[in-house]
Amino acid sequence: MPDLLLELFSEEIPARMQRKAADDLRKLVTDALVERGLVYEGAKAFATPRRLALHIAGLPVRGSAIREERKGPRVGAPDAAVQGFLKAAGLASLDQATIVSDPKKGDSYIAVIEKPGQETVAAIAEIVPAVIRSFPWPKSMRWGQASAAGASLRWVRPLHSILCTFGAETEEPEVVSFEVDGIVSGNTTHGHRFHAPGAITVRRFDDYVASLEQAKVVLDADRRKEIILADARTLAFAQGLELVEDEGLLEEVAGLVEWPVVLMGAFEERFLEIPGETIRATIRANQKCFVLRDPATGNLANRFLLTSNLMASDGGAAIVAGNERVVRARLSDAAYFFATDKGNLPDLDTLKDSAAKLGLDLAKPLDQRMAKLDRLGVVFHAKLGTQGERVQRIAALARELAPIVGADPDLAERAAKLAKADLPTEMVGEFPELQGLMGRKYAELQGEHPSVCAAIEEHYKPLGPSDRVPTDPVSVAVALADKLDTLVGFWAIDEKPTGSKDPYALRRAALGVIRLVVENGVKLRLTAPVARQFGRVTSAGRFAELSDVAANAVPLRDFIGGELAEAFDQHLASQYSPDAARNIIKQTRTAVLAAYRDLRSFLHDRLKVMLRDQGARHDLVDAVLGEGTPASEDLLLITRRVAALGRFLETEDGKSLLAGYKRAANILRAEEKKDGEGAFAGAADLGLIAQAGLIEEKGLAVALAQATPKAESAVAAEDYEGAMAALADLRPAVDAFFDKVTVNDPDPALRANRLRLLNQLRAATRAVADFGRIAG
Amino acid sequence: MDPTRSFQGLLLTLQRFWAERGCVVLQPYDMEVGAGTSHPGTMLRSLGPKPWKAAYVQPSRRPKDGRYGENPNRLQHYYQFQVILKPNPPNLQELYLDSLKAIGIDVLLHDIRFVEDDWENPTLGAWGLGWECWCDGMEVSQFTYFQQVAGIECAPVSGELTYGLERLACYLQNVESIMELNFNGLEGDEKVTYRDVFLQAEQEYSRYNFEHADTAALFTRFAEAETECRALLAKGESGERHLMVQPAYDQCLKAGHSFNLLDARGVISVTERQSYILRVRELAKACGAAWLKTAGGGAN
Repeated sequence: MPDLLLELFSEEIPARMQRKAADDLRKLVTDALVERGLVYEGAKAFATPRRLALHIAGLPVRGSAIREERKGPRVGAPDAAVQGFLKAAGLASLDQATIVSDPKKGDSYIAVIEKPGQETVAAIAEIVPAVIRSFPWPKSMRWGQASAAGASLRWVRPLHSILCTFGAETEEPEVVSFEVDGIVSGNTTHGHRFHAPGAITVRRFDDYVASLEQAKVVLDADRRKEIILADARTLAFAQGLELVEDEGLLEEVAGLVEWPVVLMGAFEERFLEIPGETIRATIRANQKCFVLRDPATGNLANRFLLTSNLMASDGGAAIVAGNERVVRARLSDAAYFFATDKGNLPDLDTLKDSAAKLGLDLAKPLDQRMAKLDRLGVVFHAKLGTQGERVQRIAALARELAPIVGADPDLAERAAKLAKADLPTEMVGEFPELQGLMGRKYAELQGEHPSVCAAIEEHYKPLGPSDRVPTDPVSVAVALADKLDTLVGFWAIDEKPTGSKDPYALRRAALGVIRLVVENGVKLRLTAPVARQFGRVTSAGRFAELSDVAANAVPLRDFIGGELAEAFDQHLASQYSPDAARNIIKQTRTAVLAAYRDLRSFLHDRLKVMLRDQGARHDLVDAVLGEGTPASEDLLLITRRVAALGRFLETEDGKSLLAGYKRAANILRAEEKKDGEGAFAGAADLGLIAQAGLIEEKGLAVALAQATPKAESAVAAEDYEGAMAALADLRPAVDAFFDKVTVNDPDPALRANRLRLLNQLRAATRAVADFGRIAG
Repeated sequence: MDPTRSFQGLLLTLQRFWAERGCVVLQPYDMEVGAGTSHPGTMLRSLGPKPWKAAYVQPSRRPKDGRYGENPNRLQHYYQFQVILKPNPPNLQELYLDSLKAIGIDVLLHDIRFVEDDWENPTLGAWGLGWECWCDGMEVSQFTYFQQVAGIECAPVSGELTYGLERLACYLQNVESIMELNFNGLEGDEKVTYRDVFLQAEQEYSRYNFEHADTAALFTRFAEAETECRALLAKGESGERHLMVQPAYDQCLKAGHSFNLLDARGVISVTERQSYILRVRELAKACGAAWLKTAGGGAN
């Protein structure tokens, strides 16, 4: 069976795009082939900095024939209809059509059109240009003379040539001919830019790979990675060192070379005084080099490994020397930044106000930086005030949350106040990815409490679904405060994520809150702290009035207290009449209550996504959060309730009770349609049951009277297993009831009473979950 | 003039190289600009259908980068060598590599790489795709295919090469600090270094940029330049044509430089910063649109 070889040869493709581009190429071409009935044995795509290549093995020479039937008019139809049919079906006369009989509609014409299978070469010549023209590059460009016209070809960088051959092993493959914006397909390519720039003629995949290899191009990115990794380890080992492995960097470096040559360079030992992470970040980000460590101490060594794209004529001496120069310059910068950050800032006098406001000690360098951040008035978001204001809010919230998570409030507040202090440091200015980490280093240098140091680094965590969740209570308090402040802030100004747009990473913040709470087992009712944070966000300099939305309308001023509350009163009194002031308070309350509810349901949605990803049943989450179930301010309890409900429904009692519930709910729904919503509310008349009811009816009434308070008090005590067990006790009575009792008794009083019983059953289950939302 | 022995030798070699490949060799624009791209020879000429090839040195002012002459790699005034080819020829990468050979870089001895770098100049409303060109791990040039300039799609696309001359010269002369560069290629008493030419200027301008520039005057100058730019653009309108784009564009550059100085003085907050950038960009866009209504911009 013949093979297809395709290569798209261009100027340097960004390393980060290569792997996905190869995958896309394979998928788009093979999907289009299969759509035309051309199946294949195997397909593999490759990428180097200058080419995307695709090999498809075992394609047929032509696709299978396609038989198509086209219905025509009835026999004896007007000539116009007949002519239209002949034209559409491509027939010369009605002799070529078949007549079919239908007992109802009578005889009519039908055309049978047999299309021979398309030649595979022809199919490829149609498919490949279409794939090239609509290739899904994350960013693409126009170039050259062709770009003067409107719709010229777009590619990631200028596309120079296309190689496309098709044929069996035993024969000379043919070039699949096509043209894309002036680029004519052929059977030639080029090797390494410097080692083998000449044209190479290619037949099929096997000689293609071999010719490239000879021309100093390793086609397969995974092989280039293996070579780099193996050579790097060998070079490190020879010096008694260990490679600090870095998969992301390896992937990137493999996308920057066609012929990897690993070389070792060195830098002055004095630079090892700089924190290792900084050295690594500098060398990694700017030079794309690996660092090495001493296996005995675990400390970084004054060596690095670079991956060049050249077998240099001097064995790489000039390349190493050049890279060392750059690394030295970069490390000199880093050393300067580090020394500067550890020292005092000039003009400390100008920072006094900020220090006083934030309770900072200007004798300490990191405190000075926080004061500077405040003094500079760096805006966090135009509507949410400055970084300084934000830090004050986070510190206040962290202090409140501390007792709940088991942290020392003073430490939590201190950590929050220093958490953003590294933002104005030179080091973080240069390497933003070191934020948090540098703060920790500088905090350690000025002798902060270990938990404070840890929290400064960890308060950004978790950064995603797989990132580690901090466990030190101080870190948990600050991390929660940071994320809740962000969420509350953007909800207060109504800048919520929409569709795929989430510029402030609010989904990540919400997931962070959930994971911090759930994985640390933090019992936190969100209402009060979130309400207070709404207060802080909207009151900072804006004097809006709020209330605790859950508790009984306690005015915001009681939360914010002190100066702000006084200022607030004065402001209202000076600006508005008492009526107007009251009105402002009312409006703000309404707005904040709506925002709070919306934020809560956003958190619930993220929780649903998380639980579903972990394999929990989606419907159980809905059932637990369903209407009429106990309000869910506590994320930890929601997850526990979902887990308990899942376990309960796996038992026989659970399944049976669910079946009973569904039956009751169905009957009620039907009867409520007749009698109206709420017609069966209220308790069943026990007297009537005693007088005229059946024994099973009484049994259910008694069981409900016992189980309902039991389940409710268990839920109140957060004992979900107990609540489930109480519901399980209902099962025999429910089963017996449905077995023996006819709900729709001819006696209207008995009927209504029985429906009331079912309504009580429905209500009893609601104490635990909305069973109506459970599937099955 | 050996490009590996003197700063001016490097500059002259690049000029000769590109002159021989058909470029108009322009002189630096006579105004303060932050980069060679701002020169009308790139900024305006890259718009419209007319072919254009030019090369020039452009002194570039970045007030914020001043370090009083104390940092070996950072200056508030430095030179860029700029090449602009419209449309970009298909072999632009090869031409660029030839230019490296011309200045003494052996491509079989040194590791030359094209590393992704998407270029953007927000104040000019310009962006393009291309690379940083690395020589042994050091960025020696920027290579960009302009996609948009002044908010207008480039048709055709220009190729832009920007050589960071000081850094390249440090590499070729094998010195660690820009100030140590041999400027004139002579030795002994005759030798003139970069320090001799520019150290005093770096110190004086750093003082000015960071400490003494009159911020009130700069705010006024910014506003005046903005007003005049708009006025000139309005006065130059003449039906289908525009008669005064370049004087208007000069005012846009003046506004840009005032903004850079204010930024260095630290008197522009983060939020204000964005709005100033936008104001300059609006001027640049208006100038670009007007340029298309001139002969240079291809209007008939």
